[in-house]
Amino acid sequence: MSAETLSHDPSASSEPGMGLKDRVGDLPPIVWKLLSFALFFGLWELAGRIPISLAFPPFGDVVVALFGLISSGELIAAYGRTLPPLLIGLSITSVFGVGFGVAMGLSRTSEWALFPPMIILQTAPMAAIIPLITYAYGIGLTAKVIAVVILSLPMVTLNSYNGIRYTSDSLLEMTRSFMGTRRQQVVKIMLPHASGMIFAGLRLGISGGFIGIVLAELLITPTGIGDIISYYRSVARYAEMFAAIFSIIALATLVLTGLQVVERRIFKALGQGSLR
Amino acid sequence: MTSVTAIRMAEPVEVADIIVKAVDISKRYGDGTQALSDVTIEFRRGELTTLLGPSGCGKTTLLKIIAGLLPASGGEVRVDNRTVYGPGPERAFVFQDFALMPWASVLRNVAFGLELRGTPKAEREDIARRYIKSVGLAGAEHKFPSELSGGMRQRAGLARALTVNADVLLMDEPFSAIDEQMRRKLQEDLLELLREEQKSVIFVTHSIEEAVYLSDQVVLLTRNPGRVVKSIRPGFDRGAGPEAVRRDQRYLDAVDDIWSQLKQYLS
Repeated sequence: MSAETLSHDPSASSEPGMGLKDRVGDLPPIVWKLLSFALFFGLWELAGRIPISLAFPPFGDVVVALFGLISSGELIAAYGRTLPPLLIGLSITSVFGVGFGVAMGLSRTSEWALFPPMIILQTAPMAAIIPLITYAYGIGLTAKVIAVVILSLPMVTLNSYNGIRYTSDSLLEMTRSFMGTRRQQVVKIMLPHASGMIFAGLRLGISGGFIGIVLAELLITPTGIGDIISYYRSVARYAEMFAAIFSIIALATLVLTGLQVVERRIFKALGQGSLR
Repeated sequence: MTSVTAIRMAEPVEVADIIVKAVDISKRYGDGTQALSDVTIEFRRGELTTLLGPSGCGKTTLLKIIAGLLPASGGEVRVDNRTVYGPGPERAFVFQDFALMPWASVLRNVAFGLELRGTPKAEREDIARRYIKSVGLAGAEHKFPSELSGGMRQRAGLARALTVNADVLLMDEPFSAIDEQMRRKLQEDLLELLREEQKSVIFVTHSIEEAVYLSDQVVLLTRNPGRVVKSIRPGFDRGAGPEAVRRDQRYLDAVDDIWSQLKQYLS
């Protein structure tokens, strides 16, 4: 009874007339990532050697400074103070951001209640809000956690909300026609449908959280990694300053890559394949 | 509309032979559009009935009301002589856009109706495999919808409707998103499948040829508001095979007859 497999063999189209783009695409992605890093750091090294500014050290000096900061224990101690508010903030965001977003997608009442504050949080300039937070919550852990949450929560919430809200109507109708319950609709259709968007939101939220913690540490009171950055800037040891900045960017990148791996594992485990 | 009722009265059908009856169905949308007006149609057990008409005649609306997916503004739907108020296990729907979950394999998609009913995994996958085979998708169990052609996707949609063992299949323009050659093949395969499965089918289409080729009964609807114009039973012998049917004089006459009826409502 089947006759239509012939025209739909996905491997058939890519073999004979492969263009340059296809061949380039055949290199493992890791090679491209490394090449891109090499180019970037090479340009950095060059720019530092010219030098374009006294405050801009070559990449090599920054690496040496980074190892210095690590071996002296200074960097580790700094992360000991930076990471707790970041982790607490991001945990709050993951739970409440996804929770709020899903709730907003499912109920008009929570949409009505949560949409405006989320938009306000998303558009508010962080630097302007931080003095307010300091006024209300002091300079301790709470204020920093709040800074992280403010910069990460809206993205997670709004992405999750959109993922739920734009579930295909016909899939929902299909579930109803086979007498699925509302719960089944949510669990079996809406959440899987939204999962791609939810993870995209989490990625954005994590980057937002990193921005939040650094801003908080620079603007509230210099602590942790923010302290290293502002201290070495004030004593004009720019290699150390850049090393601290570099370390936090590298950490953020590692965390985001880690999340991507987790995401892929989860989809694989659920047997969901690609979410195209 | 009244004329159809009159025809029905002239040739009464035993109640037991009527599996679905739409009685005085009307549908008015919130903006005041009258989509359907007093539509009464009887669907006989074991037959394939098409709802045929121009776009905007409310044929899909009517099908969704019969499916229990849309509430009617007036009238009622009876299945096996009992009024129904929502979706039920005796009806299964086949969607125009296939409505397959892109993140699930063909196997899970086909078994999904049973999954929603709580059938244990091994059992529902057994049943699903059987119907995947009978719709001609054997070997594609672990593919994803994005890897299938339109025709294959609709085969999966049909298999899903068959797994739940409903007496009535409701098919909403199931082949309209599929190219012409494949559509003919699917039509032939559907008829072959129905010879084995003993289903009653309500089939929505805007193609006159498709309606006449497939149907025991063709119900013509027209628009503004949607109402029944006429009901035709082409009544030719399908035993001779698809090519013979498409050349059969009664097939051609029925197509002409329907076209001349519909023509006057298109302006």
